[in-house]
Amino acid sequence: MDKIRGKVWKFGDDIDTDVIIPARYLNMTDPGELAAHLFEPVRGEHFDEIVNKGDIVVGGDNFGCGSSREHAPIAIKASGVSCVIAKTFARIFYRNSFNIGLPLIVQPKAAEEIKEGDTLDVNLEEGLIKNESSGKEYSFPSLEGMMLKLIEYKGLMSYILNEGYN
Amino acid sequence: MGHTITEKILAAHAGKDEVNPGEHIVANVDFMVANDVTAPISINIIDDINNAKIKNEQIALVPDHFTPNKDIKSAENVKKMREFSKKHKVKYFFETGRCGVEHCMLPEKGLVVPGDFVIGADSHTCTYGAIGCVSTGVGSTDLAGALLTGKIWIRVPETIKLEYTGKLKEWVFGKDLILMTLKNLGNVAAIYKSLEFTGSTIAELSIYQRLTMSNMAVEAGAKNGIFPLDKITEEYVKDRAKRSYKMYQSDDDAEYSDVRKFDVSELDPQVSLPHLPSNAESIKNIGKIEIDQVFIGSCTNGWYEDLEIAAKILKGKKVAPSTRLIIAPPTPAIYMKALKNGLLEIFGESEAVIGPPTCGPCLGGHMGVLAAGEKAVATTNRNFVGRMGHYESEVYLSNPAVAAASAIAGRIAHPEEVL
Repeated sequence: MDKIRGKVWKFGDDIDTDVIIPARYLNMTDPGELAAHLFEPVRGEHFDEIVNKGDIVVGGDNFGCGSSREHAPIAIKASGVSCVIAKTFARIFYRNSFNIGLPLIVQPKAAEEIKEGDTLDVNLEEGLIKNESSGKEYSFPSLEGMMLKLIEYKGLMSYILNEGYN
Repeated sequence: MGHTITEKILAAHAGKDEVNPGEHIVANVDFMVANDVTAPISINIIDDINNAKIKNEQIALVPDHFTPNKDIKSAENVKKMREFSKKHKVKYFFETGRCGVEHCMLPEKGLVVPGDFVIGADSHTCTYGAIGCVSTGVGSTDLAGALLTGKIWIRVPETIKLEYTGKLKEWVFGKDLILMTLKNLGNVAAIYKSLEFTGSTIAELSIYQRLTMSNMAVEAGAKNGIFPLDKITEEYVKDRAKRSYKMYQSDDDAEYSDVRKFDVSELDPQVSLPHLPSNAESIKNIGKIEIDQVFIGSCTNGWYEDLEIAAKILKGKKVAPSTRLIIAPPTPAIYMKALKNGLLEIFGESEAVIGPPTCGPCLGGHMGVLAAGEKAVATTNRNFVGRMGHYESEVYLSNPAVAAASAIAGRIAHPEEVL
């Protein structure tokens, strides 16, 4: 599994899919084009240009609520973001992210305490978030079952083509 | 222990005697749907696989979001769907002119039937719960996986039972029940769960008002929203069902993770204020809010019955000079019925503009986009920041009667204020 380390971009509660990628850009499918409009309603244009590879998005409750558009996790992933940590996730967004190999972590205390600009080191196998800026550590249940397979295979299609459903 | 309708349908599709909440299962899918936003990504995935064979009789491809094609990119996406449909002999591809909003088209054409397990690459796929399907929204990759295998992995949801009693006041509809319920549940309580709508009030609701309610189950974060089946369901499905169907009921001793009871006899029309559907208030408490636009349509509240309600209020009146009213019947059949029965004439006389069947305005796609600072009342399902246009515009969700009354008044208005 890839190592995850990066700087935090912090968001609030109920970050919906229209905020992640506004509907009028949904006639695009190219990941790079979509990333250019990531979080545009709340972070302005070209947010992706200030994101560095490995950076981490931290949200509050109900992150990813709204539409089923896979364009939302695609845009996040294409911007270079390595994972999203939140208090709770909307279910379609949760599935979509794992299905394209973008790991999500539910850790309410971490989501509350971590600040914009903090540097995090995340170990998915051990289930540990280290906040290098504050020195605090947060554990979370390590991935298992289907979710682990989806990350190992870097997405659903590779899992289906290699293992099938049986 | 007994089981809920949702558990029974999922068990039947996983080839098991019973399933329980929290369990991960692989379920056989009866029917699938994707649109011009989500299908192109699924198609790209399938095109990358050599000699892919898909379940071409179990999918409807419905280009409804940016159609009639808004621009070149949208036209290319629909072209991709059309060519894919031809290549893979997809049985149900709906071309413009024969195409409408997907979640109205599928029930109308009898493509989804009671007892089905349906997935759709659109969050409002949960709509079909009103006719006794377990149906849920997924993304494009999940859809591609199911197109190839006919199966999907799913977590069996806990069920929240919602029980409504009391006779509804005039001008109060299924939309008001669901907006009130979203406020009661909040934005987190129903995530991953199933909603089951029950009670004496529900038993009296038309199938269309039930469709409005199940349509918005996802706004509570729910996996699906389902109704007990009765004569009203059977009346709706019996002549249109394309496949045989099975009517499931929850057992009396089914287990629910939560039961919420509502006496709705005093409920007034609800309006969801910006920027969350759960931000519902009684229309009597919101004060004077002047508006620039009204939209009546969408998979939530554009049914023929909704248009009739709007026509009742608009007949012989004019839309306020400061306001524009856009009405888009969501399917060609609803459009033609509204034409033949004189509804479109009433709308035209009131100086509304009548749009084609499309999702367009609901998601700020086209055909009714808002400018900065503008406010709109919409019979749709979402009022997120920038949902219908500029990030500094606002959307207020309501039932079709309030929407029509607001268009006449030029501000958010109770129907009684304009009649």
